[in-house]
Amino acid sequence: MKLLEVANLNAWYGHNQVLFDLNFHLNIGGITTILGANGAGKTTTLRAICQSVRTSGALTFLDKRIDATATEDIVRVGIAHVPDGRGTFTQLTVEENLRLGAYTRIDRGEVKCDIERMYERFPRLKERHRQQAGTLSGGEQQMLAISRALMLRPKLLLLDEPSFGLAPLIVKEIFEIMREINREDKVSMLLVEQNATLALNLADHAYLLETGKIVLSGASENIKSDESVRRVYLGY
Amino acid sequence: MDSFIQQIAAGLANGGIYAAIGLALVMIHQSTHHINFAQGEMATFSTFIAWALIQQGFPYWAAFFITVVASFVMGVLIQRIFLKPVEKAPILTNVIVFIALLVIFNSIAGWIFDHNIKSFPSPFSTENFFRSNYFSAHQLGSIAVTLIVLLAVFSFFRFTPIGLAMRAAAFNPESARLVGIRVSWMLALGWGMASLIGAVAGMMIAPVVFLDPNMMSGVLLYGFAAALLGGIDNPWGAVLGGVILGVLENLLGAYVIGSDLKLTMALVLIVAILIFRPYGLFGKPIFSRV
Repeated sequence: MKLLEVANLNAWYGHNQVLFDLNFHLNIGGITTILGANGAGKTTTLRAICQSVRTSGALTFLDKRIDATATEDIVRVGIAHVPDGRGTFTQLTVEENLRLGAYTRIDRGEVKCDIERMYERFPRLKERHRQQAGTLSGGEQQMLAISRALMLRPKLLLLDEPSFGLAPLIVKEIFEIMREINREDKVSMLLVEQNATLALNLADHAYLLETGKIVLSGASENIKSDESVRRVYLGY
Repeated sequence: MDSFIQQIAAGLANGGIYAAIGLALVMIHQSTHHINFAQGEMATFSTFIAWALIQQGFPYWAAFFITVVASFVMGVLIQRIFLKPVEKAPILTNVIVFIALLVIFNSIAGWIFDHNIKSFPSPFSTENFFRSNYFSAHQLGSIAVTLIVLLAVFSFFRFTPIGLAMRAAAFNPESARLVGIRVSWMLALGWGMASLIGAVAGMMIAPVVFLDPNMMSGVLLYGFAAALLGGIDNPWGAVLGGVILGVLENLLGAYVIGSDLKLTMALVLIVAILIFRPYGLFGKPIFSRV
């Protein structure tokens, strides 16, 4: 069984079609990345999975069709989204942000433990747990966004450019933690990145998107050694 | 000196009502960035429901609580039926819906309950409280009821998961959807609560100004002024703005401008705030980053 199967996915903003007949799948427990230039449709692919843009095509998550599911119900099947721009509730406190991540869960006691676990993983969030989230630094906000998504205990984590605008050291830290989360918590991930080197080092499988179409796919190792990818996206 | 203190006391009682209406406006503005012009007429209509129940022989507090619940349901239904279809429409469409609601509620109230001015009972005795000359029992009671409602609303937002979800939906609807919050229903809840607060305000002011279909039109203006004075995005500001306004209105009315110009003062204040300090006394100016 595949975690997510995407068949003939099209997506539109108004009348502009942005995605054209995408076909791909995600494996249970894996990390998959979608690479591509600005405007290739990476963010839109994630939005299409969450149904926050107009789509056609079939999305099958653990053998259940989710392409007619409303955005607010997508989390209820176990898909958490770290959106582009992080989607922080800037006026709310760090802790309130985390509690919102678990909004659909009913096991209130467990939620408390999970918040503590997030603080262990990201001690800096604990230090600032009563601060307004908008006052955090970019890196801290990214950590908060990831933690908020994990509060759902998702089966699949969608990550939209977690490295965007962050200092290299922080990016390295965040990517290491993501690897840890994948290994220890068995959370599968779909990662969208402009920084191809980073993404290919983390992911086991990769798709290359160009103007809304998949032009290449394969194991990260193979993609890394592909001549054209290397020249255009890795730059050496 | 005594009359001065009495004016302040009366101002505090009225100010509580303005604060409640201001808060109701702020609640809807925070989640939708719209000003509900029908807030006052909805409150009047709720007060008529209470009046009708009391006429039917219900004890005051039973009528009060039935009205509060009915107003909540009414607010939710209004959002579901009239505003959900125009949720994504331009702001002007929404404004027209608000004005339509204002006219509809006003006419229906007149049609069902006629335009004769009615007296509305107070649950508190009208005699002076503990033989004090400063507060009547109704004024004190009205301040207490308003305070209880405001505290309940604040605790709801501060301490309950649904309250948190409503704040999240107001601040960032897009992210709220991604964590599973049904944003449109949160708006409906907000409408319900605004309508509930309005109903309480209506029932508290009715014994003072008497009940007729236009009862709240003046009060709504003070509510606007209160919300603007405190900063339209700041619930605490709206409450404080209401209290300040109530006291100011009474003092100016008694000693400076006379009672005929009281309402004009509210209008002047609205214009002045919009010109000189559009974000209010306690609101934050909005800067946008390029």
